[in-house]
Amino acid sequence: MFVAWRDLTFAKGRFALMGAVVVLITLLVGLLSGLTAGLARQNVSAVTGLPADRLAFAAPAGGQDLSYADSVVTEAHWRHWARVPGVTRAEPLGITTTRANAGDRSAGVSVFGVLPGSPLAPAGERVEDGTVVLSTAAAGELGVGEGDAVTLAGRELTVAAARGDASFSHTPVVWASLDTWSALAPPAGARDGGPTATVIALDTDRGADLAAGDRAAGTRTVTKDDSLSAIGSYTSENGSLQLMRGFLFAISALVVGAFFTVWTIQRGGDIAVLKALGAPTRRLLADALGQALVLLTGGTLAGTAVAAAAGAALTGSDIPFALTPATVLVPAAVTIALGALGAALSVRRITSVDPLTALGSAR
Amino acid sequence: MSLELTDITLTYPDGDTRLTALDHVSLDVPRGSVTAVVGPSGSGKSSLLAVAATLVTPDSGTVAVDGTPTTGLSRGELAALRRRSIGIVFQQPNLLPSLTAAEQLQVMAGIDGRSPGRARGRALELLDAVGLADQAGRRPHQLSGGQRQRVNIARALMNDPTVLLVDEPTSALDQERGAAVMDLLTGLTHRRATATVLVTHDRALLTAVDRVAEVHDGRLVLSAPAR
Repeated sequence: MFVAWRDLTFAKGRFALMGAVVVLITLLVGLLSGLTAGLARQNVSAVTGLPADRLAFAAPAGGQDLSYADSVVTEAHWRHWARVPGVTRAEPLGITTTRANAGDRSAGVSVFGVLPGSPLAPAGERVEDGTVVLSTAAAGELGVGEGDAVTLAGRELTVAAARGDASFSHTPVVWASLDTWSALAPPAGARDGGPTATVIALDTDRGADLAAGDRAAGTRTVTKDDSLSAIGSYTSENGSLQLMRGFLFAISALVVGAFFTVWTIQRGGDIAVLKALGAPTRRLLADALGQALVLLTGGTLAGTAVAAAAGAALTGSDIPFALTPATVLVPAAVTIALGALGAALSVRRITSVDPLTALGSAR
Repeated sequence: MSLELTDITLTYPDGDTRLTALDHVSLDVPRGSVTAVVGPSGSGKSSLLAVAATLVTPDSGTVAVDGTPTTGLSRGELAALRRRSIGIVFQQPNLLPSLTAAEQLQVMAGIDGRSPGRARGRALELLDAVGLADQAGRRPHQLSGGQRQRVNIARALMNDPTVLLVDEPTSALDQERGAAVMDLLTGLTHRRATATVLVTHDRALLTAVDRVAEVHDGRLVLSAPAR
């Protein structure tokens, strides 16, 4: 690093320019990661926060994909699942989106219907026919608290509690009884007039034969994470944002690689001299890579710090930004790793520099 | 002998044929002496220097540096031989723009895996030996052409080489500075007992050397003590 350090301070302008590019790319990646995670949380936190490890959907006909919008399960389904060995709990869960009103306020909400006293809902013991538990966001939007009245699709209900920050498909969640949920949104697929729900939340242990349970019940069981792809808005939104993030990572690797390609070409004469003087190629490569890592690490840390500061400023605002180690540190690590890869591909041309060119008057 | 070139033949591709740059050349250079290699442009002087510097592998013949034959050595082993036993004074100073005069010398310790910081004392001592003690902190663009060439020479001596290869050291200098550089080279050769090969087209320099080897069309036609 003897020459590399001195190059960094000698060619200040070039390295500062490149460092600024790394800072800006890292800032952009950091902001996009926070926004992606924030939007995802708004979309799926009610599902990911369920105290269950798997969800059973009604098996879609004709090879269609699973969908929360289309799935309808019956009481027979969840009673069957409750008897399957290895399944410790099977709870029906109805999901629908509607409007809630309180006084002159209204808000779009997702109603999650559960059995009274179900552990699926926060303060589930207070969910009864005629009462609802609101997420804090729903309570805030409607301006109501415990004991107040809210109207869901024309039915007046009493707020039993405001708990948790669950949201689904960008709307805050209202936990209601399954009967209330059925009355709000009678499922189109109900056949026998009995109780229905959207999915069954399962708690299982390792011995559970889920495939056999699915075959017998006519359901399809997936993990909570796999079930997220059954939320149409989540799949398209998250896919687009992840694609943008991927492109930003690729662009950062390309930009860093391009810079170090030009830089290596520019100092080709110096490299030839050092090789002619006996410098081992591996030492020259390590020097060049070390230089790239210093630039990348410095730029990425600065960009990440700015992104974290921006994220902290956005926390609590209407912008769904998630500031977590995963949204800050992981993109930074990926930026450094991909940038280093781009630099490594660029500086490997050091190996092909001919020391013979240092002789003569050609330089 | 510290540098022995024995029956060296070197050819380059030239269209469908091969051009002979060196044709069965043998040259021995003892320590503590300066051997000048002279000849017209294209005669093979630079090729001879490149072979002696282990930067080019000859088609046939052997090179031995300080008694070590270079035949069969890997690139890494040749690089190690260059940094430990061979000093090269380039025609152009070829100094690294980001380094000061002292650091140009310290870098030689760095490429040999030693601490450049600890080599600073020796670098300053060598800069003093070439008359640049007060210029140690200057970068190449702050030095004159003659000063840069003296840094070039000091750098070649940094790792205590037994062989010093000097390529047209005065071509970019005026007569007075050229003479000063030659005095410096010959003095250092005798004091440090290096086997010095000086490639030059300037016959005025020959009075300062111990032996003269003349190359024509790739052949060594004369190797004799200088007059």
